[in-house]
Amino acid sequence: MTASPLLSVANLRIAFPTRHGLAEAVRGVSFEVGREKLGIVGESGSGKSLTGRAVLGLVPAPGVVTADRMAFEGDDLLTASERRMREIRGRRISMVMQDPKFSLNPVMTVGRQIAEAYRVHSKAGRTEARRRALEMLEAVRIRDPERVFGLYPHEVSGGMGQRIMIAMMLIPDPDLLIADEPTSALDVTVQMQVLAIMDELCSSRGMGLVFISHDLNLVASFCDRILIMYAGRVVETCRAADLHSATHPYTRGLLGSLPRLDDPRPELPVLDRDPAWLEESRG
Amino acid sequence: MITVRDLRVVFGVGASAIEAVRSISFSVAEGESYGLVGESGSGKSTVLRAVCGLNPDWTGTVEVDGVAQGRHRDRAFYKRCQMVFQDPYGSLHPRHTVDGILAEPVAIHRLGDADRRIDRVLREVGLGPQFRFRFPHQLSGGQRQRVAIARALILEPRVLLLDEPTSALDVSVQAEILNLLRRLRADHGLTYVLVSHNLAVVSYMCDRLAVMNRGRVVEEMGVDELKRGAAREDYTLQLLRASQGYDRQAAESFRDYA
Repeated sequence: MTASPLLSVANLRIAFPTRHGLAEAVRGVSFEVGREKLGIVGESGSGKSLTGRAVLGLVPAPGVVTADRMAFEGDDLLTASERRMREIRGRRISMVMQDPKFSLNPVMTVGRQIAEAYRVHSKAGRTEARRRALEMLEAVRIRDPERVFGLYPHEVSGGMGQRIMIAMMLIPDPDLLIADEPTSALDVTVQMQVLAIMDELCSSRGMGLVFISHDLNLVASFCDRILIMYAGRVVETCRAADLHSATHPYTRGLLGSLPRLDDPRPELPVLDRDPAWLEESRG
Repeated sequence: MITVRDLRVVFGVGASAIEAVRSISFSVAEGESYGLVGESGSGKSTVLRAVCGLNPDWTGTVEVDGVAQGRHRDRAFYKRCQMVFQDPYGSLHPRHTVDGILAEPVAIHRLGDADRRIDRVLREVGLGPQFRFRFPHQLSGGQRQRVAIARALILEPRVLLLDEPTSALDVSVQAEILNLLRRLRADHGLTYVLVSHNLAVVSYMCDRLAVMNRGRVVEEMGVDELKRGAAREDYTLQLLRASQGYDRQAAESFRDYA
């Protein structure tokens, strides 16, 4: 991690009003991201996706976001105007969502969508944008970029759709990419290929990556550092290489409940959720 | 228990016809647990749907419990052979209570004594009687999958066909459901056919498995061989390597197998 982090978040809280008062989905999350690959791992409902969305100001209404600090390089993301946020989104921080089927515009060719992402942030002309979009498609290892440029989203496979999403998110050359389960809808081999592309782009551009996933082993093998979230709070932070010596009982429980290929165990240990994990003692 | 010979399934006609399953044969002994593994589009779920009669357009031979099956399955077939689906959110009727969901198969098969059967099956899948009058939206994903398993189990079938039963669940809940399925199989001597893309789940649940790619069986192997990584085909080796976590060099060497 570099001396000055790209993104710094302190005591982030996200609450939704319900009939029984405010329900806090994220409860005091703090972390920093430098030019590294940070993994955020948790089960459904742990608040990992909301945390990623909050950084871009994309928490759906009526969610209420508060934090002591949420800063990206020079910008305070909490007080930035909507206009300023639009400049940051895509250009400096961009986000890849889980399912390309729902994130791409179905009535626009993928090439035009990628070119549009470039033109919004660069004032480049049509020809220049097209050339850059084709280059980007090549960078995410699409074999016949000219052909794929003219295809509609329903004409491409899931793996190709996700690569197109990544191309679109990377074309404005952001400093930080937030990837929310970017590969969980993909087959394992395609998943590895997409990760290899992101890995290479991170190292060649010096980009920071926040990788949100439910897959512990995948994150451990892909990222540099891991935050483990449970019920809206970070229960443990560790270096990815040290995940298997993690100490928090929740992390240990999650690791234990995964079946392994060489599993001799007659029964998988079941996670015994301790109410104490919900309390605000750790951070 | 189950014998499948030269099964073919084609979707569409003419030039747009797609051969989803191209001549597959396998057999599963009574009490055995058999896995079908493959990536999306490999035809693994289609095989399962053809076996249980959800997909009428197939050719070849499907025998269950010594009886050759035609396109139409009779009630006796479904008494013997039940299916559990992937998505516990989509496979339960949202406006029926758990009680209603479980009473329906009992009524269809005229088994009688629904009250006692429902009570017993709920206990068996680890849900107490307090869940009996709830609606699916009042249950978690894991609880719903337990109800789906209970619905299959209430007919006391001999065979359970499981289509990705845990892939929509969190890993900690997956462990609970896998334990439950293993216990039920041991208690009732059930025969399983499990479809999954997850090699670790299959190695945990099955005795033998077939690896499928593009509608064909690439290779059939015992779980011991899988655990040792002793695959004969390159495709299986690649699949094994991909499921061990991220490795940049490995990822760059992957290729498509036609």
